[in-house]
Amino acid sequence: MIQATLLDPRQFLARKSFIELYARERAQALLDEGTYRELLGPFERLISPWLLMQGVVPEFDDGTIVARGKIGGRDSVILAIEGQFQGGGIGEVSGAKIAAALDLALEDTKSGQPVQVVLLLETGGVRLQEANLGLEVIAEINSSLLALRQHVPVVGVIAGMIGCFGGMSITASLCSYLIMTREARLGLNGPEVIEEQSGIEEFDSKDRQLVWGVNGGEQRYATGFADYLAEDDVEAIKRCIVEAFARGLPATHRSEQVDDYLKRLAAMDVSQQLPSSEVRKLWSKGKQV
Amino acid sequence: MEKLRFEYSASQPIKQRAHVGVVGSGDLEVLLEPSPDPKAEVTVTTSVDGFGKTWQLVMDRFFSRYQYAVSIEINDFGATPGAVTLRLEQAVERSLI
Repeated sequence: MIQATLLDPRQFLARKSFIELYARERAQALLDEGTYRELLGPFERLISPWLLMQGVVPEFDDGTIVARGKIGGRDSVILAIEGQFQGGGIGEVSGAKIAAALDLALEDTKSGQPVQVVLLLETGGVRLQEANLGLEVIAEINSSLLALRQHVPVVGVIAGMIGCFGGMSITASLCSYLIMTREARLGLNGPEVIEEQSGIEEFDSKDRQLVWGVNGGEQRYATGFADYLAEDDVEAIKRCIVEAFARGLPATHRSEQVDDYLKRLAAMDVSQQLPSSEVRKLWSKGKQV
Repeated sequence: MEKLRFEYSASQPIKQRAHVGVVGSGDLEVLLEPSPDPKAEVTVTTSVDGFGKTWQLVMDRFFSRYQYAVSIEINDFGATPGAVTLRLEQAVERSLI
């Protein structure tokens, strides 16, 4: 079990919160100074064609920032989802920006110019107003990511406070390395969705301890679903990203360890709700990182 | 959702375009670009209906202080008049750097 560490007060004050930054600011903060260049930025006005039809105010970048630049001196692209806009929901345009950027990174990498791809995931998954197109584009993102990660590692960051849910949680889980903060959450179905579908007895979405005990960054790290547990600090997160890329491709990606995960699930007693400490004990055994 | 449009005569040129804010709860995004004509033109897409009069007052006040020839596009998600003014000022500040 990981002990919660208290930061030194001076360290705490010197820290620059990553969570408090907007997606564009996050990308700017992570890229080496003076290297930031945005592709398909807000002035291109590449808005969702579907939101206005449904009386929903669009955003000029459709909630996704594609930023080129360098991280630790190496060519990189950051795909940052703005969680404030429509809960970071993935629409046709925002999703296509991510999928196309992954494809371009693959092309560059294959032609001998490897690109470090970082996904800043702050999303509830599919944007419901664009249902089928959103689902389709998430499938495209995932297939592009799978193609790219055969050549170079792909790093995902879930900082919070939205977290990463729905189809995009699959994207997070396909990443070669995943970085989370204690404030972040990761799950296929969000707590509210589980409560709505299965009842409050099954899952009380207002019970923060329960929610973070299942979906929280600390628990996800302790159970091997995330590779780094970072403080909410720009430099700390950047350090994790640099370190993750330095590790190169993992021997096997987490999503390839299906048999191992199925075996562990089969051995679990699911007749009763396990406390998060128990889940940690069970899942940290033989943890593959 | 409502779309609004405002126009003012303006003469002062600005240096460059600017983008600030996000379309998040209680916030807005402002896209500001130099206008080739001696006027300021503002188009607003807002999630809150029925506040045209308030927008008019906010814009009147803003362009009584600044005479920049600009084209401004706003996507608003329920920002208060104070927040709107601050974002507009922030956009102008960035465009003058």
